[in-house]
Amino acid sequence: MLRGARTPGRTFSSRLRRALDLGFMGLTLAVAVGILALLTAFVLVLIHGAQLSIARFGISLLGNPHWNPSANVLGLLPFIIGTLLTSAIALIIAVPLSIGIAVFLSELTPRWISEPFGYLVELLAAVPSVIFGVWGIFILIPFMRTTIDPALEKWNLSFNRLLHVNVPVFTGPILGSGVLTAGVILAIMIIPTISAISREALRAVPQQQREAALGLGATHWESTRISVLSYARIGIVGAVILGLGRAVGETMAVTMVIGNSNFIPRSLFDQGQTIASLIANDFLSEYSSPLAASAFIEAALVLLVITLAINVGARILVWRLVARGGGGGANEI
Amino acid sequence: MKFNRDGRRRIFNWVVSGLCFLCVVAALIPLLSIIYTAVINGGRVLSFNFLVAPLSFGFCTPGVSCYGGIGPALAATLIVVGIASGISVPTGVLAGIYLSEYGKNRLGRSISFFTDVMTGSPSIVVGLFVYAAFVYFEPRLAFSALSGSVALAVIMIPIVTRTTEEGLRLVPNALREGAYALGIPRYRAVVQIVLSTGRSVVITGVVLAVMRAAGEVAPLLLTAFWNNNGFTGINQPAGLLGPLIYMDAESPSPYLVAAAWGASLILILLMLGISLAARIALRKRFT
Repeated sequence: MLRGARTPGRTFSSRLRRALDLGFMGLTLAVAVGILALLTAFVLVLIHGAQLSIARFGISLLGNPHWNPSANVLGLLPFIIGTLLTSAIALIIAVPLSIGIAVFLSELTPRWISEPFGYLVELLAAVPSVIFGVWGIFILIPFMRTTIDPALEKWNLSFNRLLHVNVPVFTGPILGSGVLTAGVILAIMIIPTISAISREALRAVPQQQREAALGLGATHWESTRISVLSYARIGIVGAVILGLGRAVGETMAVTMVIGNSNFIPRSLFDQGQTIASLIANDFLSEYSSPLAASAFIEAALVLLVITLAINVGARILVWRLVARGGGGGANEI
Repeated sequence: MKFNRDGRRRIFNWVVSGLCFLCVVAALIPLLSIIYTAVINGGRVLSFNFLVAPLSFGFCTPGVSCYGGIGPALAATLIVVGIASGISVPTGVLAGIYLSEYGKNRLGRSISFFTDVMTGSPSIVVGLFVYAAFVYFEPRLAFSALSGSVALAVIMIPIVTRTTEEGLRLVPNALREGAYALGIPRYRAVVQIVLSTGRSVVITGVVLAVMRAAGEVAPLLLTAFWNNNGFTGINQPAGLLGPLIYMDAESPSPYLVAAAWGASLILILLMLGISLAARIALRKRFT
């Protein structure tokens, strides 16, 4: 075990040395196990804090559409719907853009172009959430209200007229803040995550894959589509899931642009609330009621379970990719 | 005929390349817009006085700048993030050393895995965890600089741990073997040779964790809470920069909004400057 630290004899100094060696290893081991303990405490403390709410409502909290803490009516359905909607919008916008970015930077351009652009995209990840929120309030919300939302509404109305239906997606009063705007800001925030990990997945594709396709006369794009993207598929899926994990848990920027309405949104223009923004926006005004505080903790527990599941799934995909030094479709080729 | 089809394929190749380039541009527009608006709106209020003056309450007092300053919030941020670093840096570095140097077994791999997973847990949930833990053990400190520091430390620990682990993994094995061959005890080889060789990555990890903590808001709302005077004691609520930006940006007073932009600009400059510096430091070392 103590490689190279073995000295002949049992002198005092050799014992001291062995003791120090073992002591240092023990210390690092104890701290590392401490992190595992911290994660366990994380879950246990939240479960304990949510006891009151779990005992009273159990799982029914998740299906109840009414949230009125002063009357002890505590349903999380509006916030679960808000979380699903904003994350879905974020993925719909961010996934194609991020894959485009990853392909552009790792397949289609020489290094001297891809390096600075890649760095700029990654800088987006260094901007704190609250600053996205400030930018959202003063730049994105007015832009959505005056430009994007009216265009989408027109499109939705003519679609409805044409097919004689009443699809309420881009309808209702245009406020600028709301579910759609929150989804857009989330999309911007998860692009660096998805594109950086997708780039890694593309980088893990063996060079022979590309050369084989190019050698058969494929253009760069054809080689990327045929031999690179399909090979890196699993890694890209992992990247998208990690992006989803970030979108689900993102708090401040969403809190500042979603409008903080505790009802189920009736359209994407409507204001709403995600689980995370509910906690950030309402906890401090409601925590004095033990039942409400407990319901908030149960909400946090739900959010934690969702993000842990997402992260475990994504890490398994991404780790497998790194461990094998290649992406998915290896067995198809 | 054949020529035509090849031409079409080549054009399609260019079209796709163009579309991919547009994706990059689309992602950079928000970044540039954020930096531009922060510089334009924050630049107006930025001065040395802004960094040290007490907070504004949204109205003008004769003889004082209407925008006030962020002095107390900046000081509180330094103190609370400092305490959080004091907790998380030794913890993270020691755990990272275990994972890279001793933990090549099932336990080590599972700790790495769960640390990675922990990095992805939402910071607001971490805030509520620390709040609930304090309510359980010491309710009087639930809203305090101490609980705020603990919350930030919980966020920082996995970041420091994973970067330390990865940084030390990059240190070539030959260095370790050389040290053993010279009869240096393993703990000294780890501390004096491996850790000092991988120093720059470890420092980068620490810096990234500190920057992440300095820009945090959500967990602080539930732990450090808020204090107009910044930091007034470890057992008192504390008012940090992130929550200040959040509250000022949502206020109706134009002076407070301007102060929020000023504080945002300072955070952005710090983030961009430090991430650029970390990038350059890393490149020098490993490429």
